[in-house]
Amino acid sequence: MDQLLQHLLNGLLLGSTYSLLGIGLTLVFGLMNVVNFAHGEFYTLGAYAAFAVLVGLSVNFFLALPLAIVVGGLAGAGCEWLLLRPLRGASIDTTMLVMIGLWIALQNGELLAWGGVAKSVPTPFSTTPLVLGPVSVSALRIFVFVTSIVLIVGAHLLLARTRLGRAMRATFQDRETAALMGVSIERIHTVTFALGAGLAAAAGALLGPVFLLYPSMGDLASQKAFSVVILGGLGNFAGAAVGGVLLGVAEELGAGYVSSGYRDAVGFVIIVAMLLVRPSGLFARAERVG
Amino acid sequence: MRRAATGVGVVILSMVTMPLLGALAPAAWAQETVKVGLIQPLSGSVAASGNYVRMGAEIGRDWINARGGVLGRQVQLLIEDNKSDPKEAATAAEKLIVRDKVPVIVGAWGSSMTLAAMPKLEEYGVPMVVETSSAATVTKRGNPWVFRISPPSEMEAVGLEKYLKDLGIKQADFLAVNTDWGRGSVTAFGDLLKKSGAGVGSVEFMEQAATDMNAQITKVKAGSADTLFLTTSVEQITLVLRQAQEQRLVRKIITTGGSSSPSQLIKQAGEAAEGTLHILFFLPWFPEAMPDGKLAKAFVDEWKKRGHPFEGLTEGFRGHDGVLTAVEAIRIAGKAEPKAVRDAMWQVSVMGVNGPIKFEKDGPAGKESGQSKPSIFIVQIKDGKIALPSFAAKK
Repeated sequence: MDQLLQHLLNGLLLGSTYSLLGIGLTLVFGLMNVVNFAHGEFYTLGAYAAFAVLVGLSVNFFLALPLAIVVGGLAGAGCEWLLLRPLRGASIDTTMLVMIGLWIALQNGELLAWGGVAKSVPTPFSTTPLVLGPVSVSALRIFVFVTSIVLIVGAHLLLARTRLGRAMRATFQDRETAALMGVSIERIHTVTFALGAGLAAAAGALLGPVFLLYPSMGDLASQKAFSVVILGGLGNFAGAAVGGVLLGVAEELGAGYVSSGYRDAVGFVIIVAMLLVRPSGLFARAERVG
Repeated sequence: MRRAATGVGVVILSMVTMPLLGALAPAAWAQETVKVGLIQPLSGSVAASGNYVRMGAEIGRDWINARGGVLGRQVQLLIEDNKSDPKEAATAAEKLIVRDKVPVIVGAWGSSMTLAAMPKLEEYGVPMVVETSSAATVTKRGNPWVFRISPPSEMEAVGLEKYLKDLGIKQADFLAVNTDWGRGSVTAFGDLLKKSGAGVGSVEFMEQAATDMNAQITKVKAGSADTLFLTTSVEQITLVLRQAQEQRLVRKIITTGGSSSPSQLIKQAGEAAEGTLHILFFLPWFPEAMPDGKLAKAFVDEWKKRGHPFEGLTEGFRGHDGVLTAVEAIRIAGKAEPKAVRDAMWQVSVMGVNGPIKFEKDGPAGKESGQSKPSIFIVQIKDGKIALPSFAAKK
């Protein structure tokens, strides 16, 4: 029983980070129809940006997170302006190839800038774990969990409740009509991509201190983000949030009670099963075309 | 008429052979270098180790060149990145052999990477000095182009055998990277424990790039073992130690494979690394304790002089010893030709930073690989410093 509780807690903490990774990706796909293969690289960028300001400029740990989000968002806006704007109206395959190119270029750029040796991010949190009855957890992971939830809810509110969010949804539903209503379409595209990149960077800045920093760290993050998005339904915000937690818990229980050697396989088995039973994901909506 | 024909023949013959002779003249050769290929994981999930080995290999190359090189020529190191990926290791080997025409390779760190590169060695007939890989299969597979200077896990287990009583292991769990190295290590140390009457508890694996090992740790914690054997790269060891601390896992932790870079663990895992034991093949903290204390000390000094991180030394010496072995074989062969270098490997007898390097036959008869018998040590992290465990210091 104690073991199960600890597994569930581990899964929930891990899953919340998967959710955070997934929503940025699903946002860009759902609203822009761009399959962002470089998503993991914005995660890496966020982690290194936080590391740079923490160690290089010795700013406060809690200030490093917003700074990393800004860096990620600006980088995302830059990429959108430079690479995606000229391709407006191009097929989804074309933008996908461009994103793969961006992924490779960014990853090698990180390698050039930081070298291959892993780096560790210092945190102000005590390494002594918090003990809650039969389970224990580090304070840092609680902080990461809470911040992830805040960011997910914040992103949701931004989309659902603000003028900007409404403009975003309108643009991607019908470009021409939105333009006629006075929405600046180009700006909306850039802002959306920047938001997706900023969320990935936030995940990187949050998870960097939990794990280690190295240039290829984004590959695993990307892989998990894509799994979450497929599980939750392409472009589905709530689906990604719930899908992330599901994937985290499933991996954890699979490793705990089936076989740790097949940990990643458990996640993929669930995705395959999902695609067989509900091909458009957990919370598929009729109008989404996957 | 006939004489005239012979005369013409001689002229033609000399016209053909003269440039050839010219090319063979020592003056022309002196411009060229002797190439040695190096394949390491310079990027990807185990990049720290690969970069340290590269730094050590560069020291080896520079020292040899300072002594006048080999065959009167300078040694040139051609470095390829296998990106911590077995597929890339095979590509890197092919590239070095076909494009760069190297007579010998040093590589390729992880067992899975080395095993993936090995068929290329056999296909093209080029020898490789294996500097890190621990899986038994590397030398048991029957590839006569493989010469290993690192100990297979079985040899490590034998090295640990004399301390078993002092360690007081009753039951041990295993957590290993899901590669040829990790799986081989579980078998080797598991056999040792069973032989000595200790029990083997749960055996858990993790993917090489995995970062969250909480599930495995929770499972280990639920068991009743007293010891955890941990086999993976320094990156994952760091994460496992941190996550084990978060979950309050109380175990005697022993890392195997010699790639734990304990000084890096002290820096990156902090308190979580306290008390852990590490099997190593170089003791940069006590160079005088090495078989050739002077060489070991010189290597540590040179490493520091170059500004390389101290924590990389336990890995970096492998690069030095690998290049030293490869070049020694070229010297004995008298020419930088793969087959001759392979044959000369069997006569190599040099003193490396780890100790004496000399190959014995291993693997199926007729197709044996070479296996050296390296020195094996065990250290413990105590009060944030590296110490010899009390039982090892006694002996």
